[in-house]
Amino acid sequence: MNLRRDVFQAIADPTRRAILLLVAAQSMTAGAIASNFDTARPTVSKHLQILTQCELLEQEYNGREVYYHINAKKMKEIAEFIERFRNMWDDRFNKLESVMKKYKSKK
Amino acid sequence: MERKTKVNAEDGKQELIITREFDLPLELLFKAYSEPDLVEQWMGTKVLKLENKKHGGYQFETTDPKGNKYGFNGVIHEFNPNKKITRTFEFENTPFGVQLEVLVFEQLTDDSSKLTIHTIFESVAKRDQMLQMPFTQGINMAHNRLQEILNKLK
Repeated sequence: MNLRRDVFQAIADPTRRAILLLVAAQSMTAGAIASNFDTARPTVSKHLQILTQCELLEQEYNGREVYYHINAKKMKEIAEFIERFRNMWDDRFNKLESVMKKYKSKK
Repeated sequence: MERKTKVNAEDGKQELIITREFDLPLELLFKAYSEPDLVEQWMGTKVLKLENKKHGGYQFETTDPKGNKYGFNGVIHEFNPNKKITRTFEFENTPFGVQLEVLVFEQLTDDSSKLTIHTIFESVAKRDQMLQMPFTQGINMAHNRLQEILNKLK
């Protein structure tokens, strides 16, 4: 399974992004999460299942209740992708600048 | 430290904006994008074709340290020297689809200039998938440079 790609597919869905925002504030049960959406309960369960499979959410058992909370490590990874992407372009543009400075002085 | 390169990738949008200010006159910045031998030098890629005109096309080929070849190509829709390039971009044999790129070149002072790259993807998911790619690409590029330095030391 390509886990990385699945993470991005997981956050591409607006309902799943809303769930992540909700759970980021506090751990919640599936029922409490579902009560925030007009969507049918099984649909919310499916979203929770996907988010858990991608390790964006983690399950915690408290007696008979299952609480969902954010996997901060995984969420940070996504922010890091953008930072890595920025670093790549920064390196590339630094190269462009030095190549063109050399080109200028040769003329 | 001042961040020269900025990336703006808003959550849930299928676009991405990269901006960078250069300590280079506008004409030199534009040359870096239009002259094949210069493109090859800073992008670390082989330029197979670069036709700087409307209806023109371009084709690049990059080889990683393991010898794997990666193809890139696109069509040029607008080529306005020292101002703007509008083109498509495709990373061949990947699921990222074809992107639309608008490159705007601006003069800041006699010795400085600014480049804005606006990229539009087919979908939010494709943009987000593409964002994770440079991780491996960046590593390969760093390896290439390291290899170059090591070769010189030999």
